[in-house]
Amino acid sequence: MNKRWEENADVNIHEYQAKAVLKAYGVKVPEGRVAFTVDEAVEAARELGTPVVVVKAQIHAGGRGKAGGVKLARSLDEVRAHAQELLGKVLVTHQTGPAGKEVKRLLIEQGCDIRKEYYIGLVVDRSSGRVVMMASEEGGTEIEEVAARTPEKIFKETIDPAVGLLPFQARRLAYAINIPGDLVNKAVQFMLGLYQAFVDKDCSIAEINPLVVTGDGEVMALDAKLNFDDNALFRHPDIIELRDPDEEDEKEIQASKFGLSYIALDGNIGCMVNGAGLAMATMDIIKYYGGEPANFLDVGGGASREKVTEAFKIILADPNVKGIFVNIFGGIMRCDVIAEGVVAAAKEIGLNRPLVVRLEGTNVDLGKKILSESGLNITAADSMADGAQKIVALVNETGGGHQ
Amino acid sequence: MSILVNKQTKVITQGITGKTGLFHAKGALDYGTQMVGGVTPGKGGTRVDIPLESGETVSLPVFNTVREAKEATGANASVIYVAPPFAADAIMEAVDADLDLVVCITEGIPVLDMVKVKKYMEGKRTILIGPNCPGVITPGECKIGIMPGYIHLPGHVGVVSRSGTLTYEAVHQLTSRGIGQSTAVGIGGDPVKGLDFIDVLDMFNRDPDTHAVIMIGEIGGTAEEEAAEWIRANMKKPVVGFIGGQTAPPGKRMGHAGAIISGGKGTAAEKVAAMERCGIRVAPTPAEIGATLEAVLKERGLLEQCITAKR
Repeated sequence: MNKRWEENADVNIHEYQAKAVLKAYGVKVPEGRVAFTVDEAVEAARELGTPVVVVKAQIHAGGRGKAGGVKLARSLDEVRAHAQELLGKVLVTHQTGPAGKEVKRLLIEQGCDIRKEYYIGLVVDRSSGRVVMMASEEGGTEIEEVAARTPEKIFKETIDPAVGLLPFQARRLAYAINIPGDLVNKAVQFMLGLYQAFVDKDCSIAEINPLVVTGDGEVMALDAKLNFDDNALFRHPDIIELRDPDEEDEKEIQASKFGLSYIALDGNIGCMVNGAGLAMATMDIIKYYGGEPANFLDVGGGASREKVTEAFKIILADPNVKGIFVNIFGGIMRCDVIAEGVVAAAKEIGLNRPLVVRLEGTNVDLGKKILSESGLNITAADSMADGAQKIVALVNETGGGHQ
Repeated sequence: MSILVNKQTKVITQGITGKTGLFHAKGALDYGTQMVGGVTPGKGGTRVDIPLESGETVSLPVFNTVREAKEATGANASVIYVAPPFAADAIMEAVDADLDLVVCITEGIPVLDMVKVKKYMEGKRTILIGPNCPGVITPGECKIGIMPGYIHLPGHVGVVSRSGTLTYEAVHQLTSRGIGQSTAVGIGGDPVKGLDFIDVLDMFNRDPDTHAVIMIGEIGGTAEEEAAEWIRANMKKPVVGFIGGQTAPPGKRMGHAGAIISGGKGTAAEKVAAMERCGIRVAPTPAEIGATLEAVLKERGLLEQCITAKR
């Protein structure tokens, strides 16, 4: 069986939102409230009324504890002090990248008397084409680390979609990870609820790390991470509501509105390609010839003028971009139509950086003619390799070396 | 010879009255595919008239169900251009009708829908290609899907790929060298899908008319590594590979739902290393897939028989 923990693949939500989703499925979570201001944080702690509360930074990234984003408070004054410190702070964890993420929301939660920490996760396993529940006694640590170091400590149950997670499977996992005997039934209920939430909400990943057993005999999710399959969002308006635009890349959202798939990278050569595989391969070949791609951008099947214009705008919004390589394998689309789209789009936005266009497909000669007679600074390329070499040379000429 | 589809394959289009379904039904007919009808629930009993490039017009019957379409037309294959929310149901309807082959072009099907489809297909004989794929073509005989037919050339090299346009790129490089293809199969970029590399490699291995294979993979998952091991143990024919996404950063999904490096796994470097370890020649750039295959064919003394058109 393969092990894939897909990070940031799909739609992510905050911990407090994930816990609310799970709670509706009977999955036990600590009592908590979300707070956007210091006063709200103090008020939330007052309402909870527990001797210890936890102040947790809410950002879409793991590793918050180690980065100082989770703090214990034993009084309302401590809650105020922690909230003041955390709100507006930029947290840098191993998942945020060096730029970090600004904390704008806090989860104020009752403190629990933790006896032991475990791990429970659900993923879609590619090899079997099934949902798999994974459990480990090594809670609190990254499951990838456990998998690398002590794979024998991860237990798995492959779930038949016709009947769902069966109680005996959940029991087998609970016993395998040494949940105390008198709490096995609670752990089973927890796992069954978690699985039901996963399938009902079309999750792509669910991770409870840690799952804890408490001194008062509860089995609950101390942390919760849920990601959702964006292909299934059409049937989950409630999940769409939970998206936090502050946590998502503005350009990626803008691109998706136009049916473009865009991912920013660190280089200086903008790429516009049709098809995800060819788009990746285009980045590869730019790198092979000594350049650095500034982005992944798949314009999809129909490279219409509107799409190409929007793609140019998104690429050019990146100040690092010193030149653009358009690589379109026309296929069913005619190259003259694509060429007209590229020329019109370049004129509309007043393109002022080197542009190399490689077209292949029906009417390729006519397409090249349209490009060369456009009066624009467009270099036509004969092949993918030719185009990549030309754009790398042009960008180097303009002194646009790596930044 | 070829695999999966040939002159005898009779195809229906599920979603034939939609814009995409109609457009590609015409493309298939223009190519010479035996397109025999279509299915659109609610439009059974009507016909669609498709004017071809030749000037001829073909009139195809439309049915409410796949079962009816199969009984009336003798179709043994179906191609699906149904919108994502309904595509899984369309696949299962085709499987229930006991067709030989179902090709699902639709992109954006929820993963858990495909988990159900996989379960439903257990014990049934229907073969599924896709979803989120360009389809399958046996050059000169049968084209099912969205690939441009004219770049292909009948011949003896099998192509199997997770990516659409990158497949066209590879096929184009072959055809421009006069090297024809037996069959080209796009298995699609989704994590849960029908045929995988090993299934298709096994078919090419058993096809007497396929002399060599090009396998195009990409980042994410371990299907390429598993295929490489299978090739080392079983493959009697030379295989040339390419892996897209050598520069892709971890944690970012590169267009395809399945193309992501996660937990430090699924990198291009790992895949290339596994393939080379198993005796697969890997093209250093996507522009050199054709040249790499040509070199391998030459070394094995297979080049002459693989050249099926004058340059």
